[in-house]
This record gives sequence, C-alpha cells and structure tokens, in this order.
Amino acid sequence: MSAAYITSFAISIVAASTPLLLAASGELVAEKSGVLNLGVEGMMLVGAIAGFATAHQTGSALLGIGAAALAGVALAMIFAALSLSLLANQVACGLALTIFGKGFAALLGAGYVGIAGPVLHPIALPLLSRIPLLGPVLFNQNILIYFSFVMVALIAWFLNRTHAGLILRAIGDNHDAAHAMGYPVIRIRYAAVAFGGAMAGIAGAYLSLFYSPLWSQDLTAGRGWIALALVVFSTWRPVWLLVGAYLFGGITFLALYLQGMGFSVPSPLISALPYAATVVVLVLISRDARRIRLNQPACLGKYFHAIA
Amino acid sequence: MDAELDKPGPDAPLLELRGIVKQFPGCLANDHVDLTIRKGEIHALLGENGAGKSTLVKIIYGVMKPDAGRILWNGQPAVIASPAQARALGIGMVFQHFSLFEALTVAENVALGLNSARQREGLERRIAEISARYGLPLAPERTVHDLSVGERQRIEIVRCLLQNPKLLIMDEPTSVLTPQEAQKLFVTLRRLRAEGCSILYISHKLEEVRALCETATIMRLGRVVAQCAPAEKSARELAELMIAAKLKEPDHNAKPAPAGPPRLVVNRLTIRSSQPFGTDLKDISFSVAGGEIFGIAGIAGNGQSELMDALSGETPAGSPANILLDGAPVGLERPAARRRRGGCFLPEERNGHGAVGPMTLAENGFLSAHVRGALQRFGLINARRTREFAARVIHAFDVRATGPQAEARSLSGGNLQKFLVGREVLQKPGVLVISQPTWGVDAGAAAAIYEALARLAATGTAIVLISQDLDEILLLCDRIAVIAAGRLSPAMPVQEASLETIGLLMGGAPEAQQDAAHALPA
Repeated sequence: MSAAYITSFAISIVAASTPLLLAASGELVAEKSGVLNLGVEGMMLVGAIAGFATAHQTGSALLGIGAAALAGVALAMIFAALSLSLLANQVACGLALTIFGKGFAALLGAGYVGIAGPVLHPIALPLLSRIPLLGPVLFNQNILIYFSFVMVALIAWFLNRTHAGLILRAIGDNHDAAHAMGYPVIRIRYAAVAFGGAMAGIAGAYLSLFYSPLWSQDLTAGRGWIALALVVFSTWRPVWLLVGAYLFGGITFLALYLQGMGFSVPSPLISALPYAATVVVLVLISRDARRIRLNQPACLGKYFHAIA
Repeated sequence: MDAELDKPGPDAPLLELRGIVKQFPGCLANDHVDLTIRKGEIHALLGENGAGKSTLVKIIYGVMKPDAGRILWNGQPAVIASPAQARALGIGMVFQHFSLFEALTVAENVALGLNSARQREGLERRIAEISARYGLPLAPERTVHDLSVGERQRIEIVRCLLQNPKLLIMDEPTSVLTPQEAQKLFVTLRRLRAEGCSILYISHKLEEVRALCETATIMRLGRVVAQCAPAEKSARELAELMIAAKLKEPDHNAKPAPAGPPRLVVNRLTIRSSQPFGTDLKDISFSVAGGEIFGIAGIAGNGQSELMDALSGETPAGSPANILLDGAPVGLERPAARRRRGGCFLPEERNGHGAVGPMTLAENGFLSAHVRGALQRFGLINARRTREFAARVIHAFDVRATGPQAEARSLSGGNLQKFLVGREVLQKPGVLVISQPTWGVDAGAAAAIYEALARLAATGTAIVLISQDLDEILLLCDRIAVIAAGRLSPAMPVQEASLETIGLLMGGAPEAQQDAAHALPA
C-alpha cells in the first residue's frame, strides 16, 4: 500500500467529516442552551443552495459562504420564533423545519441543477503543507476545513472557559433557576439557535461549493441527521464531536478503500456501515449514565415560560 | 404602619413595602401587603402554602413586578425590576427549591450569582474564606449533583454572602435539613445578624420562628393579618393566626399497642436502585400490625422513593418472601396483584405519579380503584360506578372540585391530595403505604388527611407513613423508624423517640443506630 494511497484515504476522510463537524458543532451550542433543533438537515439544504446561487451570481465562493450562513440563520429564526416565543413543541418544529427546508431549497435551486459554480480552492499553509503525509491532509485544504477545526477549539474554549459560556450551559441545565437569577433565557437561546443555523448553513455551503461541488436536490443525503446523532455521541463535548465526525467519515471511506485494495465488500453493506456504526456507538455511549447526566443539558427540548 | 418611617436617614428601616398588590388569573396573590424590615433584625414571614409569601418575596427580589404598591429601600423609593438590581441594592436570596445547576461545579454555581467580572476574581479563595468564617464547609471544585441537600443550601448561602448583602431572604431554609443541620444554620444566621445583616425568614415552622426571629409578619390569603413578636406568642397562637381557626388539640393518648398478626412484613429487603443517582435499599426489615401507623422518617433522597416503589410493586423485590402482605409472599408481584390482596399505595408525587393531570377525577379514581372498587365490567370501564366512586370520594373528603369530570390538574395541591388520599382510603385497604401525604398541602387539608388516616387505622388497617415532616410522624404514628442512606433504623415506639435521637439517625450517625437498638425492648 503506497503512501499516496494512505494520503488520499486520509484526505477523503477529512473531506467527508468536515460538513458533519460544522453542522454538529453549531447544533451542540444550541443544545447546550437547552434547545433541540431537529431542523439541521433543512438548514443545511437551504444554506447549500443559498451559498451556491450567491457564489454563481457573484463569482465569489467566499460570498457564497456568507450567504449560506445568513440563510441558515434565517431558517433557524423561524424555528426559534415558533418554539421559543410561541412555545410550540421543539421536536415538531424541528421536523417541520427540515421538511420546509428541503422543499424550499428545491424550489430555489430549480434553475441551478447540474450547472457548475465557483469552487473553494485549497489554501496551502507555508512550510506546514510540505510535511510528508500530514501536510497535504491537514495543511493544504480549503478555508472551511481550517474553519471547522478552529470552531471546535473556539466552542470548547467558550463553553468551558468563559463566563458567557457558563451562562449558556447554566440555561441548558436549569432554565428556571437561570431565569430566577436574572439571566435572559429566551434571548440567549435565540442567539444559540442562530449560531446553530449559521453553522448548518455553512456546512451546506461546504457541500455545494466544495464537496460535490454542484447543486442537487438531495445534496445533504441525511448528513443533518448524522450531525444530530453526533452531538449525542459526543455527550455534548466539542472535542468528542471531532472524534465522532472523523470516526464516521473514516468508516464511510474505510470500506471503499478496502474494496480498492481488493477485499470484496458488498456495496449495500458499505452504504449501511456508517449508519450501523453510529447506532452501535450511540448504544454503547448511553450505557454511561453518569457522564450523560453530567453533560446532557437537563432542560433539552423543554418549554420555558417565564411568569413576570 | 407609621408614616414617619418614610424619612430617609440612619433610622429609616432597611426595607419597606407599602400596599403591594399582585394579581394572577383567578387569584389575588398579594392584596395591599405592607411589610417593614429594620436593620439587623431577623424578620419572619409566616403563612400557609398559598398565603402569598412566595409571591411577595419574588417581588422583593425583582423576579416579579407588583401591579401596585411602593418599595422603599433605606427610606428611598426604589424600583427592583430584576434580580440583578436586587443584588446591586444588597438583597440576596436563598431559594426554597434551590436554584442550583446540577451539572456545574460549586464554584461555577457561585460565579453565576455574581454580576461583574471584578466580583469573580479569585473566587475559589473567597469561597474558602467565607465558608471558613461562617462555618459553611464547601469544596469549590465538586459537582453539585454529588452533594447533599445541606451542602447545596450552603452553596446558595455562600453565593449570597459573597456580595455582602444587607438583606438576606431565606425561603423555608430548614424544610430540607436535619435538626442538627438546622441548629448550625441558626448559628450562622445569628452571626450574620450580629454583623448588621437583616434576614427575612420565611417558614411555617413555628418553634423555629419563635426561637430565631424578633418580628413576625403573618399572612393569610394574600393579606397581612398580624405583626407580632413571635417570642411573646405561643406556637399555637401563631398557628391560629396563620389559619384563622381554632386548632383541635391532637388526640395523642398512648393507645394500647395493636395486637394480632402483622399485616405487612418486610424482611431483609435489599434492592439496587434503578436510578443512576438513586439510593440502594440495604437489608430493610420491619413489620406493621393491623391498626398500627408505622412512620418512616428521614431526609429526602435517602431511599424513601425506592422503598415506596418496592412496597407498591413498581420495583420487584429480590424474592417473594421479602415482602409479606397478610402472610402472602408478594415480593415479585406487580402493583395490581398487590392491590387485589388488599394493598393500597399513594406515592409522594401527586402530579404524574399519584394522579394523571390531564385526566378527570373519575378516570384517576378508576386507575387505582378498578380492582378493589369493582369499577370494571367484562374488562371495560363501568362508567356509572366509576363516576359514583369519584363522587363519593369528593363528598367524603370535602374536595373542592366541580365534580367527577374535573381534570385532576385543575385542582389545587391540597384538594388533589385530599382526593387521592380519599381514593385509597375508600378502598378499605388492609395495608396502606403512603408517602409525604401533606407535602405542599395547606393546614386545613393536612388536618383532614390526618383524621382520615387515624380513622382508617382504627378500622384495623396497617398504615406505613413515609414522611420528611417529623411533626407529622410524631403526631400520627405508633412506632417510627428512620431511613438514612438506604438503611432503616430499628423501630421505636413514638413515646420513646427523642427529637435528638431521630435527628442523629437522620444524619446516619452509627452511634445513634446503636442507641436506638438499645432503646428497643429485647
């Protein structure tokens, strides 16, 4: 097995893991504040088409990313208004958001199917990118891949080291107590949901501007759902989100590359493997009840209604 | 109220409320309430549940806005629009149900109560300082959900003290403490008073208020009904002011010990808790004869809910012989089977466990009484009998509800509890296991429930009363035992149980276990 083969395997893993990592890290922040937004898939799709269309019109992939983030936020605000201000059920709103997002993205994208747009190009970091094996995998990538790593580190720092992050966790753990202490529960949740929407939108743009790079109707192919599962998998810890996303990405490609090396693996099994692995890992994780209790936001998905 | 108190200056009271009104849909929670707290006094706010104490306190702490009325702080008009503003003025509050974040550490919980970054500098060191100075030991790096209730309360107190409050509000602080822990808390509070801090002490424990507080304001149905020096009144007089009715003297003549075979025997019951942070039951044995009320005292979270589940059959015991109901081994039987044999059970939590909120009273009656009340026919609900059964409960227990078709959740806590107790009592059980029957229930309803239990015992039913309210246990029970960390102390006749022994047992002190064993006749 050649070094080039290993490098290409590793690059594939990074490419496949990044959208999951982006979307999941946004959702993690929203969930840490106690809001369960199941609309990730819908926000990704709308982000993908908004990003693709903007990039196509302006010729700038970077503007596309910005538009994707805004589109994700816009969709997330629909969810927030329904579930946080009007107290609709979060699960139902999230599911509705995904269905709406799918249809809306298809409508917006009707004119963009099958055409090529601007693509995100890799940015080689000086010196670092010339490290054998590691260099091309980690330091000669497009901006969103660097961004995904930076965001995980930032989110981990924000949640565990800053006072604002502490307030966010506190609201997710006990919104009544946080309210009694005078923290603006609803406003902070709006911000967290908006952040989740922006990250999902950017994850969508990653798919339409780099990974595919095309617009097609079912571009996300369930990645939004996997991102949701990864948040549980990580037991709401950003660093473990990184592990989970890369494990999932790794399994996706492991079977393909094994096939490339001459092992015969039935293709339905290949397609099923990442999902089966997710289920198995989720089951294993949930056996550690103490860790879940400590990290899972106790108010996740619950109504909050303040009487003033 | 004296209008002269209005003047600002060194003699002005610390806090004055004038004519506070707060209206909720269907309930006037505060009706022109006046309250004056002087500097350096411990001021009691007394009242039953629903008297409007909590609402008033929330207004003082800026959680709720009054519809009308004025607040004067040091004689100056003040608007307290948020808890942050209250804290900035120098008002700290220790909540009844602690406003703590279980997944966070002690230090993080404290930090959340401090408004500015400057206050949070060197926090761990200052927590250590305050806890040493006021005798409130705490480890800043521990996670809250690993801590006992007493330790949790200390976090709240330390959190308030870090801000050098001028007024500390304590909402029923001793309801969760052992008598010994409560004594320690009083020492801390008296030291705070000596340092010039005023304390607003909310409670319905009258002896405590008499020992601790200089002044008491008594509320009933949203109004202030009296202000007095509690030390000059007897607990009885205070209670009468609170509930506005002459109390019946509790009939506690030493009854003859009930003879006859035990109706409920628990024999070396050991169960691992199914909850991740539950308490395992260890080697629990006791027996209750017909006509006897057996009390199980203890602080919340020491295995009471696990014991309740084991007795009712929600959790199976290890072997059938662990629990005998009228001599029949029922350890592995499910609740319905135990009910068929004459057991009735009422858990602590009314909403969602004892009753289904969105269902009607008739349906809730059916859920528990369908076997013993014969409310089903050919496996279907007998609607007429079900309605009649609920109507009978409502009538017999004076439940204030629109009728059998009222939703359970539409009833107030006391009324729903009366209905649930009545539901079990009217089934004429051979054995009744009941947990916290008067938790959050007003004194009138509590008295009705006590009477019903006493009457039921007189008909030959064996009753197990699991309660954290010692007064209730001492009032009703013939014999008592204390549960601590999943172990049950030996049972003792109530006449021989001193408050001190019970307190030590509640804290799980091993020497107290032995004392109690010696106190037993061989």
